[in-house]
Amino acid sequence: MAGQLREYRRRIRSVQSTKKITKAMELIAASRIAKARARVAAARPYAEEITRVIEAVASQSTTSHPLTTGRENPTRVAVVVVTSDRGLAGGYSSNALKRAGELTETLRAEGKDIELHVVGRKGVGYYRFRGRTINGEYTGFSEQPSYADAKSVADALISSFVAGGEDGGVDEIHLVHTEYVSALTQTAVANRLLPKALGESDGAAPASSSGTPLPQYEFEPSAEAVLDALLPRYVESRLYAALLESAASESAARQRAMKSATDNAEDLARIYSRLANRARQDAITQEISEIVGGANALASAG
Amino acid sequence: MPIRVAIVSPEQEVWSGDADMVIARTTDGDLGVLPGHVPLLGVLAPGGTVRVKTGGQEISAAVDGGFISVTHSGVSILAETATLSS
Repeated sequence: MAGQLREYRRRIRSVQSTKKITKAMELIAASRIAKARARVAAARPYAEEITRVIEAVASQSTTSHPLTTGRENPTRVAVVVVTSDRGLAGGYSSNALKRAGELTETLRAEGKDIELHVVGRKGVGYYRFRGRTINGEYTGFSEQPSYADAKSVADALISSFVAGGEDGGVDEIHLVHTEYVSALTQTAVANRLLPKALGESDGAAPASSSGTPLPQYEFEPSAEAVLDALLPRYVESRLYAALLESAASESAARQRAMKSATDNAEDLARIYSRLANRARQDAITQEISEIVGGANALASAG
Repeated sequence: MPIRVAIVSPEQEVWSGDADMVIARTTDGDLGVLPGHVPLLGVLAPGGTVRVKTGGQEISAAVDGGFISVTHSGVSILAETATLSS
């Protein structure tokens, strides 16, 4: 009896210390959401402006540039998947990976070879376990990405896009990341980064930019040189926006997961303390009945 | 009639406000933008500075690469890194 009571007390202690951890993670994640949202907002002017400029250039320049026109018969495509470095974020990483799986299926059905670029340890682990070739892996910044991180991802992509599918590079770049819809909803989305589809509204730059008519630009030094210089900046800025958005989603997913873990721990602690109380009461009752029984036995014997 | 100027880097908007004139160095040389300039898109020279004249004051910022976009509604400097001189 006493042994059972000890067991319950031990469990209560362990559940409570788990609860402390999950509660702390919940609070940290909550504060990170706000920070990540602020950074998304701070990055918006640049992303909007770059997108607007590209649309303006593309709509009026007659030169065909791989940035906007794309190549005929794309054979190799790059898929960038943004996942988290750490777990304990509910379905965050697995949703992104599921979306990426669907995308690669479709692309493969179109007869394209896939080159995988993975951001975040969870994604790297997932593909490595399945024996898939990973062409680029980038880890260590999923929660707080900086522009330099986006650049490091973009560099490899840009050089292989510029090389083109026939020379061992890629013809298209697709991006799978998680969009922050609200604190409760984050959805994994797949977008084509390059070649850029004109007129499509970007996740980073919502419709506000397309409302104003595009200016008729003059170029310095030339339209082509401007496009050449724009391409890497565009990829970097889109990637950066995606990383920030994903970081916000990751924190939101983690906050929710940790909230339910904390609630669960509370329930468990309550159940165990009920059980412990009953065990204690039982032990006392039994002890009393033993004493009373003993006393009765003594009295009747005497 | 002042022009609306914004200096933005990917991580944040570094400076924005109304100005009388913007001077930037593109790969083709220095470029001064006054109100009413034709729309222009230029590639900024690496390691240059952008000067913004507003009222009697002048604000200068070190920018590394990027673009200057002049439209009828204003001027935006899109720089990979931009730092205001204090």
